[in-house]
Amino acid sequence: MVDTCFLSQGLTTLAGLLLLPFGSLAASQIEDQAEQFFRSGHTNNWAVLVCTSRFWFNYRHVANTLSVYRSVKRLGIPDSHIVLMLADDMACNPRNPKPATVYSHKNMELNVYGDDVEVDYRSYEVTVENFLRVLTGRIPSSTPRSKRLLSDDRSNILIYMTGHGGNGFLKFQDSEEITNIELADAFEQMWQKRRYNELLFIIDTCQGASMYERFYSPNIMALASSQVGEDSLSHQPDPAVGVHLMDRYTFYVLEFLEEINPASQTNMNDLFQVCPKSLCVSTPGHRTDLFQRDPKNVLITDFFGSVRKVEITTETLSLQPDSGVIESSYKKDQMVEELMEPLKYAEQLPVAQIIHQWSCMNVRVGL
Amino acid sequence: MAAAVRIFLLVLLLLGPGGWGQAEPPRDSLREELVITPLPSGDVAATFQFRTRWDSELQREWVSHYRLFPKALGQLISKYSLRELHLSLTQGFWRTRYWGTPFLQAPSGAELWAWFQETVTDVDESWKELSNVLSGIFCASLNFIDSTNTVTPTASFKPLGLANGTDHSFLRYAVLPREVVCTENLTPWKKLLPCSSKAGLSVLLKADRLFHTSYHSQAVHIRPVCRNARCTSVSWELRQTLSVVFDAFVTGQGKKDWSLFRMFSRTLTEPCPLALESRVYVDITSYGQDNETLEVYPPPLTTYQDVILGTRKTYAVYDLLDAAVVSNSRSLNIQLKWKRPPENEAPPVPFLYAQRYVSGYGLQSGELSTLLYNTHPYRAFPVLLLDSVPWYLRLYVHTLTITSKGKENKPSERSPQPAPPPPLPLHVPQHLSSQGYIHYQPAQDRMQPHLLEMLIQLPANSITKVSIQFERALLKWTEYTPDPNHGFYVSPSVLSALVPSVVAAKPGDWEESPLFNSLFPVSDSSSYFVRLYTEPLLVSLPTPDFSMPYNVVCLTCTVVAVCYGSFYNLLTRTFQIEEPRKGGLAKRLANLVRRARGVPPL
Repeated sequence: MVDTCFLSQGLTTLAGLLLLPFGSLAASQIEDQAEQFFRSGHTNNWAVLVCTSRFWFNYRHVANTLSVYRSVKRLGIPDSHIVLMLADDMACNPRNPKPATVYSHKNMELNVYGDDVEVDYRSYEVTVENFLRVLTGRIPSSTPRSKRLLSDDRSNILIYMTGHGGNGFLKFQDSEEITNIELADAFEQMWQKRRYNELLFIIDTCQGASMYERFYSPNIMALASSQVGEDSLSHQPDPAVGVHLMDRYTFYVLEFLEEINPASQTNMNDLFQVCPKSLCVSTPGHRTDLFQRDPKNVLITDFFGSVRKVEITTETLSLQPDSGVIESSYKKDQMVEELMEPLKYAEQLPVAQIIHQWSCMNVRVGL
Repeated sequence: MAAAVRIFLLVLLLLGPGGWGQAEPPRDSLREELVITPLPSGDVAATFQFRTRWDSELQREWVSHYRLFPKALGQLISKYSLRELHLSLTQGFWRTRYWGTPFLQAPSGAELWAWFQETVTDVDESWKELSNVLSGIFCASLNFIDSTNTVTPTASFKPLGLANGTDHSFLRYAVLPREVVCTENLTPWKKLLPCSSKAGLSVLLKADRLFHTSYHSQAVHIRPVCRNARCTSVSWELRQTLSVVFDAFVTGQGKKDWSLFRMFSRTLTEPCPLALESRVYVDITSYGQDNETLEVYPPPLTTYQDVILGTRKTYAVYDLLDAAVVSNSRSLNIQLKWKRPPENEAPPVPFLYAQRYVSGYGLQSGELSTLLYNTHPYRAFPVLLLDSVPWYLRLYVHTLTITSKGKENKPSERSPQPAPPPPLPLHVPQHLSSQGYIHYQPAQDRMQPHLLEMLIQLPANSITKVSIQFERALLKWTEYTPDPNHGFYVSPSVLSALVPSVVAAKPGDWEESPLFNSLFPVSDSSSYFVRLYTEPLLVSLPTPDFSMPYNVVCLTCTVVAVCYGSFYNLLTRTFQIEEPRKGGLAKRLANLVRRARGVPPL
């Protein structure tokens, strides 16, 4: 008995001695945790996803944009924080053999259109002017809230663009272009107005790297699917649908993003390696010189997800009901006193009245 | 008013939280209904209606407590002082000739019409803001509605709800025929329903089935209605309707049998807990007497008989709130089986249907024609035709002709010889003939479209043709859409008519009758009101070659460079004499090599 007591005392002191360095280690762990907590300076996430191509044979561009939309929604960004611009309608196109679906994998494995999609700018509304107005916030006052980018200086914004492009420009709907200088200036306007904290720009077009050459505002990271002089290629056609379903770069980005969940710690360096030349045929490029943090510290969910930093507490708070506040703020709908004479419905086709009204109008005009 | 409020609050405070906590009967109610109608052509039409009635005065007081009525629409009504709002988004076209008269038809694309209250000072400003807000709520590009496609009808589109007066300056109507309808329009529409798409009839609303149809129309209608039979106070009614027509042969692999599961890939498991009524009606009219032809399974517990659209119809009723129909252990999958294939008989033709087309050749002029068919054997009835034509089709109103070709109805002859009466042309606006009355508002370039309203008396058993010639205008090159070779749309004509009924209808209480019977107010039981739309038209405009500015720039620059450059060189270049080169063979060989390399010689 005494021996066991002694043994237990010895064990506790030994445990105490062993735990001392652990204690200091725990302190540094708390420091690490605190540093992780404040690693990224953003509090909300926005996404602007643009498809700029019209016509049925550009199905793959709409599928590209919808697959990024799907990933972004799945990782937590709500529809109210996503501005989705699709220049043409593929899902309900008369040429689509399966209406209300847009597939990304052949044999119709994955429907990226889904059942819960909200497109903010459609069809003819996707123009260079509307895109720049969304980015810079200089929108007419009657624009509804779902069509605005209401970001602030603590917002991380993901901007994804796809379509047909060339060296220094991106084509919008076969009728106009946006140049890399205009895009860089729009981002500078956003920086001056403090409309973003950090910006991730992804572009999947031919010669996509030319679009991020001219950026000069801080805190922008950019990825492109091909270098200047190279074409971005499409992935696979589907015999049932009849067109190419996706572009290669976005296809492999989608496969990469399908592995991510809101808790994953994957960082941007993995995203840079996503599509090597053997798979993509073109050489994806990226630009991080304007970005202040090291890409290996930037989580994928910093841009693609809406991960909130929460601290779990075990304290309980009891709220006192304040009857005065409740009753004065809830004004009951008052019963309206009944009208004296009964109302009636209008007659839908009063022929005699119409004839009389028109003959009076014609007489007044002097016919 | 203020004193009453203070006394009211005092009473509340005295009663304390106990008094406030008493259950108060909710002032809004929800009724949902699905009507399945087998159509004469073999297709199946399904019409969903979700109706929320709210006993409240939105205009006079500040309302903050929304329960079933969606807040987005309630705030819209009070902010823009709306009296009525009707918005529909449609894909496809309802073929009245083969499918019969619809309950409520909508034109292809987006249609928005609204009546504003008489207190609104600037109706156009409110209309513009309203269309912008609605484009955000329903994810549709309704912000393209502006003065170039908005009209103010003077006789059509009377209010469908309670109305004090009908001053048409508070009415606005616009159609966007090019508008696409897809899942992104269905998603916010479903979110406005009290039960969303989780319970009740709305579980059947799956986009991949609903858009695989010949006709898909979803609409939102808001109007004031009578609160009780005496009609002394006003309630707000919100109806969300969705009509689809399934092509039975395509989806049913050739068999005319259908079931809920085959149409919607879902069955009904429970009613919406918030609904007062949740019913499914199946039209079993033509087959009521002859039970050998078809069978409806499960057999209905009750049937409903009434005069709908002028004829007597019978419906099988399935009440989802009845435990015998739907319960935890049993789901409802209504099936229709044809026991014996129906004989080939001509489908019944509706009394009124219309057709519209563009004729002519070339890109300069053309003719718009509308054919109105009256198949009633002996009754003539009036039709109000509304045409809104965009300004770039310049109508020549002096070419407007209305002709009626009647068929003589001789029952003794097997094939009656049609003896057409001479056509009666109508000239506008010199005199009003007995054939029809016209109201015409000409277009202004880039500001407003043509508005043509005609009241035409259709003779019995006749085809009336209304035709007008037009000339196409050349637009400025920035006004073309990105795909101008597709063509430009002309919005459909609207026909409003009082069609004589076969059986006189009994005017009943709106609260007792099913929802599909209370869409239009009935004033006269001998005829029923119907609003039909024709097809939208696609017109090609002369399209310029959009690469011409680039071509012109290239050509001009080349010409300038060649001509001016040559002259400049001639004028400013100086000539110098060059010494002949002396050198040996080695130097000449070296020069040859250098020339081959492209390097200047020694």
